[in-house]
Amino acid sequence: MKVLVVDDETDVQLLFEQRFRREIRAGEINFAFAHSGEKALFYLNEHASEYVLILSDINMPGMSGLELLRLIKTTYPAPPPVVMMITAYGDTDSYDQAMQLGADAFLTKPLDFTTLKEKLKNVL
Amino acid sequence: MEIASFLIVFFMVRYIRTSLQTAERFPEWERILVIVQYAASGLLAADIFLDSSITKWLWHLMLLGMVGAAYLLKDFRPVRNVWLAVGPYILISLFSDVAKLINDDFYESISTVVEIAEVFALVWLVATWVSTQRQQKALEKERLKRLQEEEQSRIIASQNVMLEQIVAERTAELTRQKEELEQTLTELKATQDQLIQREKMASLGELTAGIAHEIQNPLNFVNNFSEVSVELIEELKEERKKENRDVELEEEILTDITQNLQKITHHGKRADSIVKGMLQHSRTNTHQQEPTDLNLLADEYLRLAYHGLRANDKSFNATLIMDFDEHLGKVTVVPQDLGRVLLNLFTNAFYATEEKRKTGLAGYQPTVQVSTKRIAGDKIEIRVRDNGCGIPQSVLTKIYQPFFTTKPTGQGTGLGLSLSYDIVTKGHGGELTVDTEEGEFTEFVIQLPG
Repeated sequence: MKVLVVDDETDVQLLFEQRFRREIRAGEINFAFAHSGEKALFYLNEHASEYVLILSDINMPGMSGLELLRLIKTTYPAPPPVVMMITAYGDTDSYDQAMQLGADAFLTKPLDFTTLKEKLKNVL
Repeated sequence: MEIASFLIVFFMVRYIRTSLQTAERFPEWERILVIVQYAASGLLAADIFLDSSITKWLWHLMLLGMVGAAYLLKDFRPVRNVWLAVGPYILISLFSDVAKLINDDFYESISTVVEIAEVFALVWLVATWVSTQRQQKALEKERLKRLQEEEQSRIIASQNVMLEQIVAERTAELTRQKEELEQTLTELKATQDQLIQREKMASLGELTAGIAHEIQNPLNFVNNFSEVSVELIEELKEERKKENRDVELEEEILTDITQNLQKITHHGKRADSIVKGMLQHSRTNTHQQEPTDLNLLADEYLRLAYHGLRANDKSFNATLIMDFDEHLGKVTVVPQDLGRVLLNLFTNAFYATEEKRKTGLAGYQPTVQVSTKRIAGDKIEIRVRDNGCGIPQSVLTKIYQPFFTTKPTGQGTGLGLSLSYDIVTKGHGGELTVDTEEGEFTEFVIQLPG
């Protein structure tokens, strides 16, 4: 399973790689990283055929996570990839908006990796 | 003969009265002189009607008395010289009458000479009279002139006194006004300081959310990397208990732990610098100039401004473009002050893009760009550009005026750009310029010596 993590913080990559080291080594999950919404879209175009689960931050400079979510859900053929939103602001506005746009999950920072792992396994 | 005596008395009395102004100054003498005049008239009448020889002696007595009085009395000193004019005639006529009385024959023998002498004495009298009159007139003129001058200088003196008084009053008034103005100035300075502090606190308020976000992120990393490191150490311990240890894996774990610890330090410092920056931003005291990495400063404040706005308005978004000159080097500035300038410019830039976005322009992507550049002549340039609503020409000249703001009441202090301008120009000897097109873009350029 391939997971695309979208976050403008570059250290997120290192964190995920270590948090999921066992899963990565076991070959259960494959991670790809994009540092902006635009780059994420570019990646998805390149890897259109692969089954991708997307974990995206909402609050990013440039294209926001919500905009990315909207674009993915509207432009990709059924079934659209699973998109989980992550935000530092656990406000209801963002939550409602994400859900309305078709987000599959809504997580708040700081990420609870145990919960995240469970959610990922459920998708699997 | 008697007519001449009468005329002499008459004119002499007149002369004394007018010259001495006896009417005002010597009322006693005035009275006597008037009596003398009446006496002279009476004597003349007596002369005509009585034809007595006694009258001519009375005339002599009167004339001698008058000249004597004029010559001897202190009060008559100014007209003393009258004897010069009338003396010769009086003496000659007296001599002729005395001679007639004593020896008529003798008189007859010298009568021609006496008569001629009398005529000469009369001529002398008239001539002296006329010249005295003339002198008198000149003196009078002089006296009037002096009086006039005295009057004038008196007027001038009184005017001077009046002017002095007015000047003193005005000076007092001006001093009072000056003191009032100084007082007002002190109050205004205090108010200005308060306003600057308020503006700082206002921008700090704008920053708070951004700061919270900016601190939360590194803290999350610190927590996560610590937790992960604990897991890694557990894994390492497990590996070491095994019979056949995977040395390569152990090495990898150790490398990861080292890396994590470095990340923890990095993010810890990041949070630290944000907190420090926030504290410095809120302080009132003046700051020191120090060599500063402007790229880092611009980056930091752009993020703070962005996240600050994001925190208040979730729908807000903008593309941030940073174009930094790697060879900028450190520039000596007051980092807190310049940070405030950048924060103001960024906040305004975001505000402008938001205003334009609200107009519902299709396909509009709000963009705020910051670039640094070293330009010719040892100058540093920082450009802050947005593709927002621009600044109308009508307000362009007012943007640096204190309290000028286009934001709705309560949303802007109107001091941001005014303070920024002061910080750049007065504080750093630089320039703050703006280029804008309404509805298209705004670009502020900070030029600093360095």
